[in-house]
Amino acid sequence: MGENWAFVAILTVIALTIPILGILAAMVLAPKRPGTIKNSTYECGLETVGDAWVQFKVQYYLYALIFVLFDVETVFLYPWAVAYQSLPLLALFEMIIFLLILGIGLVYAWRKGALEWI
Amino acid sequence: MDAIELGIVALKCLVIVAVLLTGFAYTTFLERKVIARMQQRLGPNRAGPFGLLQPAADGVKLIFKENITPVGVDRFVYFLAPIVSMVVAIMAFAVMPVADPITVTIGGQVREIRFQLADFNVALLYVLGITSLAVYGLVLAGWASNNKFALIGGLRSAAQMVSYELAMGVALVSVVLVVGSLSMNDIVDWQVAKGLPLIVLQPVAFGIYAITAIAETNRAPFDFPEAEQELVAGYHTEYTGMRFALFFMAEYINMITVSGLAATLFLGGHHLPFVERFTGNLPWFVDIGVFLAKVILALFLFIWIRATIPRLRYDRLMAFGWKVLLPISLANLALTAVVIAFLAR
Repeated sequence: MGENWAFVAILTVIALTIPILGILAAMVLAPKRPGTIKNSTYECGLETVGDAWVQFKVQYYLYALIFVLFDVETVFLYPWAVAYQSLPLLALFEMIIFLLILGIGLVYAWRKGALEWI
Repeated sequence: MDAIELGIVALKCLVIVAVLLTGFAYTTFLERKVIARMQQRLGPNRAGPFGLLQPAADGVKLIFKENITPVGVDRFVYFLAPIVSMVVAIMAFAVMPVADPITVTIGGQVREIRFQLADFNVALLYVLGITSLAVYGLVLAGWASNNKFALIGGLRSAAQMVSYELAMGVALVSVVLVVGSLSMNDIVDWQVAKGLPLIVLQPVAFGIYAITAIAETNRAPFDFPEAEQELVAGYHTEYTGMRFALFFMAEYINMITVSGLAATLFLGGHHLPFVERFTGNLPWFVDIGVFLAKVILALFLFIWIRATIPRLRYDRLMAFGWKVLLPISLANLALTAVVIAFLAR
């Protein structure tokens, strides 16, 4: 099992060299003719107005928060699912209760309007 | 681990990278050809016979394009983002079993060669973990670009990918529940032993997986991070030349990976579960062909869906993920657990 991680480490090294080689090759081969107008950020061909880090909807944060909540709960499901067939029937009821709590959390977020895109 | 084994592993890594890059090139070609045919056009047909050299021409062009670094970008993050996308895309493929292991004799020693880089007992968690890192490439690119379109594209991709990842995770738990293992080989072997691909036992989980896989790879009809009519090119608006190509490669390699995962988890992997009841175990080269055929079928479906279904509206996308897919996958999980409890005892 331990050597499997070594294999993945080797793949990581090779995977890292591919994009870096690509970028280096382009650096050597591609032309470089920078200019003030060419290097300005794109905004429909007009001059850029204001700061790029604009305000955005608060809903993005809400989704992020609910995601963290549910994702952590989903992780708990994996060990249960692997061991399920060798567990007593009690495991089913425990997990049904857990899923119900998850469901109640979803219903709560739904009723509070956290899932609405206003 | 001796020198020969190290050499075999290094060779496997190189083959994975080479196959993924070639696969990427010809997936773009397939996509252009298929969509062209669906729209009564010919598609690329000038470079080489039937346009088969088009990907090579595109690659050469992209290397020779100027790399423009716009003013005001966060330089470190701006350079890092495409590399992150690409590395993550390649690494997810490490646990995919492509064929049955074979034994060969090298230098008087009998060795078993597995057509899989790493055989983890937590392979499924590994794939889910690695693919969920893909969102970083997009968000970092959007954030670092100093561009309003890119920023909004990055934010959208973050919200969309995390939302659909949840439903995907829960849908895959029900597969694990049926098989009782997270290892790719165990899941494939289970399907062969039962003579049934898991799509028959878990059609709902497969449907949810298929939808969320399209959303996770940012393909139409879920291509919001780069919705060209709204956001120019989304998170890669400010990327040109090779750096743009890396994002493009990452997207297509992710498509190949999720297709491979669908084949492994739901379609019997490199086996033909129903057919092999009659024919017995097929040799390794047929296995590779079977796996490839399943992946290409899934890729064709990706392209077909792109050519058919228009993009959703963003609020509907989020509502669909949270209010439809997540409850259905939770209900499917509970139902699977109850059924197994009554059947297995």
